[in-house]
Amino acid sequence: MNVLAIDTSSYVLGVAVMKDGWLVGEYITYLKKNHSVRLMPAIRALMEEVDLTPNRLDRIVVSEGPGSYTGVRIGVTTAKTMAWSLKIPVVGVSSLEVLAQNGRHFNGYISPFIDARRGQVYTGLYESKNGIVQQVKEDQIIIHREWLNQLKEMDKPVCMLSIDMNKHNDDIHAILGEKGIIATVTDCMPRPGELARVGMEKKVEGETHDFSPNYIRLAEAEAKWMESQQTSK
Amino acid sequence: MGDVRVTNNGKNTQDTIILGVETSCDETAVAVVKNGRDILSNTVSSQIESHKRFGGVVPEIASRHHVEQITYILEEAMAEAEVSFDDIDAIAVTEGPGLVGALLIGVNAAKAIAFSQNKPLIGVHHIAGHIYANHIVEELTFPLLTLVVSGGHTELVYMKEHGSFEVIGETRDDAVGEAYDKVARTLGLPYPGGPHIDRLAHEGEASITLPRAWLEPDSFDFSFSGLKSAVINTLHNAKQRGETLPVENLAASFQESVIEVLVTKTMKAAKEKNVDRVLLAGGVAANKGLRKELSDACEAEGLKLTIPPMSLCTDNAAMIAAAGTILYEKGYRSGDRLNGQPGLELSSQ
Ligand SMILES: [Zn+2]
Repeated sequence: MNVLAIDTSSYVLGVAVMKDGWLVGEYITYLKKNHSVRLMPAIRALMEEVDLTPNRLDRIVVSEGPGSYTGVRIGVTTAKTMAWSLKIPVVGVSSLEVLAQNGRHFNGYISPFIDARRGQVYTGLYESKNGIVQQVKEDQIIIHREWLNQLKEMDKPVCMLSIDMNKHNDDIHAILGEKGIIATVTDCMPRPGELARVGMEKKVEGETHDFSPNYIRLAEAEAKWMESQQTSK
Repeated sequence: MGDVRVTNNGKNTQDTIILGVETSCDETAVAVVKNGRDILSNTVSSQIESHKRFGGVVPEIASRHHVEQITYILEEAMAEAEVSFDDIDAIAVTEGPGLVGALLIGVNAAKAIAFSQNKPLIGVHHIAGHIYANHIVEELTFPLLTLVVSGGHTELVYMKEHGSFEVIGETRDDAVGEAYDKVARTLGLPYPGGPHIDRLAHEGEASITLPRAWLEPDSFDFSFSGLKSAVINTLHNAKQRGETLPVENLAASFQESVIEVLVTKTMKAAKEKNVDRVLLAGGVAANKGLRKELSDACEAEGLKLTIPPMSLCTDNAAMIAAAGTILYEKGYRSGDRLNGQPGLELSSQ
């Protein structure tokens, strides 16, 4: 299977290509630069380098969020429109599930997280069983300290993975102590190759037309509006 | 040169077929246009219903809708036009101005098609699109002057030839459509307020004196924030005196003031620039009062006037494809690095 994988859900820009099921190329940067400008040149350069034309792709995989709303939309729009025009399936993978792959060899729980401002994080809990990373607690948005207090009660150590580690380091140490293992910087970067592999193994669900990001939370205006509807009842 | 291949949509090899994409605000729009003037399809999915409850367009919600809609609308437009990617010569897309998050959906979708199908990509200025909506109605002749009026724009644009845009006047504060929406809100009318004011204005009488902002004598710029404040003050003062002003009369007075300034400045600019053709463009071009007054003024001066039908005044992608066709024929191409540009200048087109 020939797969193109795209991840623009954070400041990490990742593109990977699998040819006949083998990872033949990865492009990855961690820069505060514009994904909208850089994504297509990255895709074109990598596809050309591995001698693959778009019409030979069998599937497009994309990091569907959570993460930066705008970032996720750039990746999802590119992925679903390419898939639609090439008449091939598009498959979404949680950005947290992608990051969790980097903890595959850790003996314990894996907690990938993305800073969501105001002390909150997008996170979920995963665990590696026989080399396969499986979900233990679903992806959610939560106050990070509250999450860490939940992790403290778990029966095994937890590997923390995030490119936003600096902001949360102190809380992790204070609340989890020895139980919290902070991953190395390289493991904190979501790998587009992992995204491609996970997406390649996934079942295709639904129609390309209906494919949209998983933001985890409502738009602010919508949340406020729903709140006001509730209080006026 | 060679055979002329005719396909099922009537395309022959000399035809230029452009796929246009427009997502600058709250409309997801795709169109297919042949030779810059023949609309093969013009599909628009409006989000107005989703934004009504917020009293205006919420950018984050607009962006979310665009992602959900984009491939549906692309497919619908191509099916209606009975074209396949083989028939399409290039993809034209609005690159700006507009809401950045909304623009990005169209731009990235267009780039995805251009790359996947190996087609040229052309970034189009939204206002160039509005102007070229007129080219679909009537072949443009030059020099000409366009009055662009919409929720985000109020501009006088002079063109000496295809693809050349000189902004000779613009609003210094609110756009016309914005002033309409704000006054409508003050009068307790639902969003979007423009059509309601236009309708009420025809029922009422312009009996209330409101200011006209002429600015410096040689300026073609506009200003509507003073007028908007005057309406608010008039209402407020009446309320304090315990009086109720007929809403129709206030709407009629407001509309009269707006139209008088727009039409007078347009006619003055037309004379100074020595044009014989005037175009009306943008969503506010749907305003019946403005259409009538501008038609009368142009007729009196012997100027040719083009006003697009409603479907081409409001945001649509046929206008983007039409403007894109001119750029395509001029050899203009955008690359993979094309971006959404919320503050794009018309002169940079
Ligand atoms: Zn517009």
